[in-house]
Amino acid sequence: MATETNVPQPDESLGEINKYDFQTQTDAVFKAEKGLNADIVNQISSMKEEPQWMRDFRLRSLEIFESKPMPSWGGEIGLDFQDIYYYLKPTNEQGRSWDDVPDEIKETFEKLGIPQAEREYLSGVKAQFESEVIYGSLKEDLAKQGVLFTDTDTAIKEHPELIEEYFATIIPPEDNKFAALNSAVWSGGSFIYVPPGVKIEFPLQAYFRINAENMGQFERTLIIVDEGAEVHYVEGCTAPMYSSESLHSAVVEIVCKKGSRCRYTTIQNWANNIYNLVTKRAMAYRDATMEWVDGNLGSQLTMKYPAVYMMEPGARGEILSIAFSGKGQHQDAGAKLVHAAPHTTGQIISKSISKNGGRSSYRGLVRVEKGAHGSRSNVVCDALILDEESRSDTYPYIEIAEQNVSVGHEASVSRIGEEQLFYLTSRGLTEAEASTMIVNGFIEPLVKELPMEYAVELNRLIQLQMEGSVG
Amino acid sequence: MTHQLKIENLHVAVAGKPILQGVNLSMNQGEIHALMGPNGSGKSTLGMAIMGHPTYEVTDGSISLDDQDLLAMKPDERARQGIFMAFQRPVAIPGVKMADFLRHATTNVRNPERKEGEELIPMADFRRELKDRMGQLQMELEFARRYVNDGFSGGEMKRAEILQLAMLQPRFAVLDETDSGLDADAVRLASESIAAIGGDSMGLLIITHHDKLLVHNPPDFTHVMLGGQIVETGGPELARELHSDGYQRIRQAYPDADAENQTMVADDTPVGASGE
Repeated sequence: MATETNVPQPDESLGEINKYDFQTQTDAVFKAEKGLNADIVNQISSMKEEPQWMRDFRLRSLEIFESKPMPSWGGEIGLDFQDIYYYLKPTNEQGRSWDDVPDEIKETFEKLGIPQAEREYLSGVKAQFESEVIYGSLKEDLAKQGVLFTDTDTAIKEHPELIEEYFATIIPPEDNKFAALNSAVWSGGSFIYVPPGVKIEFPLQAYFRINAENMGQFERTLIIVDEGAEVHYVEGCTAPMYSSESLHSAVVEIVCKKGSRCRYTTIQNWANNIYNLVTKRAMAYRDATMEWVDGNLGSQLTMKYPAVYMMEPGARGEILSIAFSGKGQHQDAGAKLVHAAPHTTGQIISKSISKNGGRSSYRGLVRVEKGAHGSRSNVVCDALILDEESRSDTYPYIEIAEQNVSVGHEASVSRIGEEQLFYLTSRGLTEAEASTMIVNGFIEPLVKELPMEYAVELNRLIQLQMEGSVG
Repeated sequence: MTHQLKIENLHVAVAGKPILQGVNLSMNQGEIHALMGPNGSGKSTLGMAIMGHPTYEVTDGSISLDDQDLLAMKPDERARQGIFMAFQRPVAIPGVKMADFLRHATTNVRNPERKEGEELIPMADFRRELKDRMGQLQMELEFARRYVNDGFSGGEMKRAEILQLAMLQPRFAVLDETDSGLDADAVRLASESIAAIGGDSMGLLIITHHDKLLVHNPPDFTHVMLGGQIVETGGPELARELHSDGYQRIRQAYPDADAENQTMVADDTPVGASGE
């Protein structure tokens, strides 16, 4: 059954036009009915030819989803769960090489402006187009080292023992309503396993985007970094705009075993009508380090709080988060650090920018559990507000159940200074160029942590967001 | 052609409070003018008004560059017409590297018609030129990688301002106490630097309390400001006199302006990046 999607007309009520708004015609192979019930969940599981345990897991998760109330905090969620497609499989087969990738999908990459050379440089690109990973290539040497990098659906068939051992152990469906929803209808996402002692020198990357009207995207990512291993995973999204509401609700689970190191970098630029409700959590064991680098642009509402649970002594969690809210956008982003063992250390750096009436909130939790003595955590939140209409809030939660720990929190809110603007314009920069430069300077601590091509893209996105913002 | 900056009957107010009360001053490119006067007399205000700081409201009079009305231009347009001000207390721009900022600024000033988003001057050419200029000013190359004025010492800020002057090569520049906060060696270096980077081809308006800057850059004219007006204009000997004898003679000769100056100082609330 093939459907055609038409190029949508931007809805003027959504405000600024997202420059990455375009839609490629897609020949969808299978599209589930709109709505959510046990039949749909069964249908998804059948389409994927899943084992019985996964089908049971999905059905149980659906019940949990239905029994849980909506979150009472964060932002307004105006979603009709029965008016969403929960599954869409775009092509019959996984592309094996670049030549096998359908032209219309290449065109989408073209419009995203990812140069060919860069695509080839990306050693392990996996692009999730609609609900399935359609293109992926993994360097041979990685495979030789025993690294597994595939989409999660494939992993269930090819690596059932790892999936059964870890899947939903970090984020069970009972965790929250949207984790339950994802558990019921999940599709796609990345699965990575790095064997003991293997250090992957270059970042593994995935580009994906939502590209069908009313299409929820519920990818499910699981990363297992075995003892002494290291990996940096990068995902980036740019989404086209739709005239009706869209939902993105991902779950990302990470296990960092003894002495391992994992960094997970995300740059997201959702269309202005998308609800981006994501649960991300990592468990770090003895002397392991987990780092989240999280950049959020676009969307109508983002609620995302990457978490690190430090389970054994010496574990370290770092979260670097950045949010940019424009007109009609609410970024409720933050971080969560749980010190569950002695001598664990954590750091949160959060930066937010609000303009044209956008709203950014930092919501963060630092919890030191009983017995986690000698633990240290530090939180720094900086907010930059570009105009009078915009807003920034900070909701820091700190729970300490142990003596002899150190937890610091500092927050600052500033407006783009007239003096800074004057200084730069007095040197010949236009006001728009000066504002962009100040904003780019503000997020520099995050940008310098990114791989080069992502740094370039983030700067480009910020520039698009900033254009015409001063007048 | 020789360009001319002409200020006529300039009145400037800050937050509704009059500061400049009818300033007249004409400068030709290639001339050095010293602007002296006691604290609070309005020297920095004149510089800010020339550069177009939004807090400094021009209530009457005109500033023109040749036959162009500077007051109708935004600060960036003035910069692209060759106007520059070295600030007394420049602001920090965290996260923005000196080199990136300077490359952007230099591109815009050299290509006044450049549209936003068009190419910057080639990186290799820019680097070479920046390196040369920094060598001339005896600055460490590491300086270019630091964030603009962020964590700079007083002396570093002043040198960074001179570096910008050197790169942008304006037609007219106001140097607002570019020698203050520097030790004797640094003042000598700054003074020599201004001459070395082609200061003699610019029109310079040097605001200073010291004579060292003027020894290396001897003024063609010295203006004395008091109570928001230029009360006396002379040659280099006037600068020397004021430096050795102070403003006693001036205050006595212009009692009305002196009274006005006392009032302005008494009311003074700090305004802007370099307000006095």
